[in-house]
Amino acid sequence: MKKWQCVVCGFIYDEEQGLPEEGIAPGTRWEDIPEDWECPECGVSKDDFEMVELEA
Amino acid sequence: MAPLTVLGTGLAGYTLAREIRKRDREVPLRLVTADDGSAYSKPMLSNALARGKTPAQLVMASAADMAAQLDARIDTHTRALAIDPAARRLRTDRDEDAFSQLVLAVGADPVRPDLAGDGAGEVLSVNDLDDYRHFRQRLAADGRVLILGAGLIGCEFANDLAASGHAVTLVDPAPQALGRLLPAAGARQLEAALSELGVQWRLGLTAGRVDRAGSGYRVTLSDGSRVEAGLVLSAIGLQPRTALAADAGLATGRGIEVDRWLRSSDARVFALGDCAQVEGLVLPFVMPLMQGARALAATLTGTPTAVRLPAMPVVVKTPACPVVVAPPPPGAQGEWRIEATADGVLARFEQPDGRLAGFALTGTAVAQKQRLSRELPPLLD
Ligand SMILES: Cc1cc2nc3c(=O)[nH]c(=O)nc-3n(C[C@H](O)[C@H](O)[C@H](O)COP(=O)(O)OP(=O)(O)OC[C@H]3O[C@@H](n4cnc5c(N)ncnc54)[C@H](O)[C@@H]3O)c2cc1C
Ligand SMILES: [Zn+2]
Repeated sequence: MKKWQCVVCGFIYDEEQGLPEEGIAPGTRWEDIPEDWECPECGVSKDDFEMVELEA
Repeated sequence: MAPLTVLGTGLAGYTLAREIRKRDREVPLRLVTADDGSAYSKPMLSNALARGKTPAQLVMASAADMAAQLDARIDTHTRALAIDPAARRLRTDRDEDAFSQLVLAVGADPVRPDLAGDGAGEVLSVNDLDDYRHFRQRLAADGRVLILGAGLIGCEFANDLAASGHAVTLVDPAPQALGRLLPAAGARQLEAALSELGVQWRLGLTAGRVDRAGSGYRVTLSDGSRVEAGLVLSAIGLQPRTALAADAGLATGRGIEVDRWLRSSDARVFALGDCAQVEGLVLPFVMPLMQGARALAATLTGTPTAVRLPAMPVVVKTPACPVVVAPPPPGAQGEWRIEATADGVLARFEQPDGRLAGFALTGTAVAQKQRLSRELPPLLD
């Protein structure tokens, strides 16, 4: 499982945790998050502000 | 063909340009910026120290990289001086050129504190990457930093500096931190958490003088007390840059006045980001400019699209005490209802009929953010 970080605000998406409050189940892989998803903290879109992969 | 022209390469200018390119690969695009055009994330300026990032590491792409990526002409170190909306021409300190449509994404100026003393002119503010480079050069390894203003940006810098071994004093005329955003109970928790990192609070006071003293400064506060500091940082607020628009005869208020299509009083000129006042609202945050950039890119490429703004809670980057605020809209009727727990404060701003109009969360209560956000009405529907 990987973690992805928003390059604008630093928000971290952790695949292991998912985002249950937003209907994204724990274990959801980054690739499987819908393309129109936006960073919950700053609104950056998934496709053009790439999230950087954190080391495990 | 005259280019679609964007003034400014901050998050507003660059995000808009990206959104335009997603819709239209052909339209000639020009960006003009007074700075060097580096793409960076401004919110990272107030937590870079604790993350161990240097100013150079905050640069995500150079202007040249961005020009290639966006297939745009980017004029760096070029200041826009005057706009002629009727003739659709833009004059800069280098040239004069036509535009098809113009977007002002010129940001905001830090409000300068009113100070006496021979050090007053050396008080820093950090509102862009250049300011930040300068700030980091001046920052001594273990010196005391005095921060004017305990608002969002002042508190974030206080946390970042204190967590990185600096001695910080925070001065604010209000009796509490985040006075415009947080009810007192929440502020006390934040103040206590920052105190634990060594932050000294001088609340209910203003700074009157900054005098040079040794290699640093002596700051005189309104109660006559004095604080020595190696560096004085002002974070007392921002003022949208409206002069270009006002000189061109466009309507301005607190910001450049635009409607829900981000259109100014001239049909060919638009505004986005910290410089804009959208239907009366000045929202100097990332989320509203992201929403605005998507709608505006559609409008500029032929599909007029009104901006919709959901309720947008702001996350204050004070890891010592997490804070999330969704301030009630100006003039909202109602009152704060506060639930304090041992390690968090949940404050709901409820209208007379019980509906939620805003909230403030600290400590463990920040986990309630999603749930409460869903209860809030949109800012612009
Ligand atoms: C320290 C700090 C931390 C922040 N943290 C957060 C946060 O956590 N979350 C959040 O939502 N928001 C945060 N903000 C606010 C957010 O960063 C801003 O709302 C946003 O970056 C504004 O982008 P902008 O493009 O409108 O303005 P800017 O980034 O200021 O860009 C303005 C651009 O206009 C150019 N320009 C200006 N005048 C001229 C001229 N006459 N001619 C040519 N070019 C010109 C400048 O060179 C620059 O390129 C923070 C702000 C600061 C200062
Ligand atoms: Zn983000």
